[in-house]
Amino acid sequence: MIPAAFEYRRVGSVAEAIAALSADEDAKLLAGGHSLLPLMKLRLAVPSLLIDLGGVPSLSYVRDGGDHLAIGALTRHCDVERSDLVRRSAPLLAYVAGQVGDPQVRHRGTIGGSIAHGDPASDLPAAVLALEATLVVEGPDGERTIPAGELFLGFLETSLRPGEVLTEIRVPRSPGGWSFQKFNRRAQDWAIVGAVIATAPSGRPNVALVNMAATPVRAAATESALAAGAGTEEAARLAADGLEPPSDLNASPEYRRHLASVLVRRGLEEAAARDGAA
Amino acid sequence: MGVKIVVEVNGTAQSHEVEARTLLVQYLRDVVGLHGTNIGCDTSSCGACTVLLDGESVKSCTVLAAQADGRSVTTIEGLAEPDGTLHPVQSAFREHHALQCGYCTPGMVMAVVSLLKENPSPTESEVRLGLEGNLCRCTGYHNIVKAVLAVGATAGATAGATAGAGAAAEAGR
Ligand SMILES: Cc1cc2nc3c(=O)[nH]c(=O)nc-3n(C[C@H](O)[C@H](O)[C@H](O)COP(=O)(O)OP(=O)(O)OC[C@H]3O[C@@H](n4cnc5c(N)ncnc54)[C@H](O)[C@@H]3O)c2cc1C
Ligand code: FES
Ligand code: FES
Repeated sequence: MIPAAFEYRRVGSVAEAIAALSADEDAKLLAGGHSLLPLMKLRLAVPSLLIDLGGVPSLSYVRDGGDHLAIGALTRHCDVERSDLVRRSAPLLAYVAGQVGDPQVRHRGTIGGSIAHGDPASDLPAAVLALEATLVVEGPDGERTIPAGELFLGFLETSLRPGEVLTEIRVPRSPGGWSFQKFNRRAQDWAIVGAVIATAPSGRPNVALVNMAATPVRAAATESALAAGAGTEEAARLAADGLEPPSDLNASPEYRRHLASVLVRRGLEEAAARDGAA
Repeated sequence: MGVKIVVEVNGTAQSHEVEARTLLVQYLRDVVGLHGTNIGCDTSSCGACTVLLDGESVKSCTVLAAQADGRSVTTIEGLAEPDGTLHPVQSAFREHHALQCGYCTPGMVMAVVSLLKENPSPTESEVRLGLEGNLCRCTGYHNIVKAVLAVGATAGATAGATAGAGAAAEAGR
């Protein structure tokens, strides 16, 4: 399968990317291409112009930002997975990056592409939700930051505005317990359901879910039950409360609700065990 | 509109003008004329099309030829020595009967080369996880894993021997 024809431009800077994006409303950014190219091959995306960020090496980095970790949007999954700094300061994120797809996918896909794509079935968007990360974007009107909790609006729809480029992901240091429970049929597959547990700056567990709604979501009912003093078992049972999980070949909404409760319980238990061990 | 690209393929610089939508696998097969890289699923799942891009495994059905501009690509044709001596991974696949119909083999071998570069002596479970992106319709996974473990064991033994030799030299001083 070959994508419909498009024009291709490799840009050397974020400013150039913003200018090219602003000049053509049917243009799209290309990072690793591991979400966009499969969609284009299926003609589910038909951009007029691909603006390749691959020539902007200054967007690929992991830096110590003091109270947070700063990760360049073009940093590949394999680089996040292997970075000593990420492993030390945000071990959850390194682990989740290592669970994405397979080695070939991790050699190409980028953290920024994954987050900007906003696929509810993707692992990293749920991780940045649970970690309360902040996204730095640059656009025609300059730079602004978006809390991860305000990024995902609908199915593959984010609050990025036309002409904006995601440049950096800021992840608060998260020394407490964590867990990522990914349920799939084959090792390389997407999660049928996934549960991410991170320790919030407040010290309480944050819980985010993969593939349980039109967007990556927090398990709000579980979080408030825990805050009100509920036990793990009881809080986990509420994981799918208020959510409308999708139905597909792999699972019915009912089965997904069941999986969410089980995975959240296992996740909370693992996170608590890690916290105790730390 | 065409895109001018220069790609080093198996050590030789290739310079072409391609359509922007040309996939790397099509470029390698139809433009450069190297047919060793197979297309299996064409949907990024099977790994049959795996090649090395700057030394790392990628699925060439999910990379644009234009994205490879200025970079180096190694295909299955680029592994053996010019005199025909097989790459250690190729020899191990042969010795351990790690192929049946052979369709997945070029991609499998390239994925293994990349895996062993990142982790020269993997455990069995690291091999299985490291090859999660490659499917074998003939389901000959056991012998593939055996072949990879054999190359890994040799690498481990060589590293051990070198370390041993170093220690001996140290002791002799
Ligand atoms: C076989 C396979 C298995 C996979 N399995 C998983 C999995 O298990 N879990 C998982 O989470 N993901 C999985 N993925 C998806 C993979 O993680 C993608 O790499 C990722 O979702 C997208 O990142 P990318 O860099 O490839 O982005 P692209 O495909 O290049 O871009 C995706 C979208 O984001 C936009 N974009 C990219 N970069 C930016 C930026 N800096 N600013 C603004 N917009 C931007 C693009 O315009 C495009 O719309 C899989 C992919 C494949 C092919
Ligand atoms: S042909 Fe590329 S992954 Fe199957
Ligand atoms: S040997 Fe036939 S597909 Fe693997």
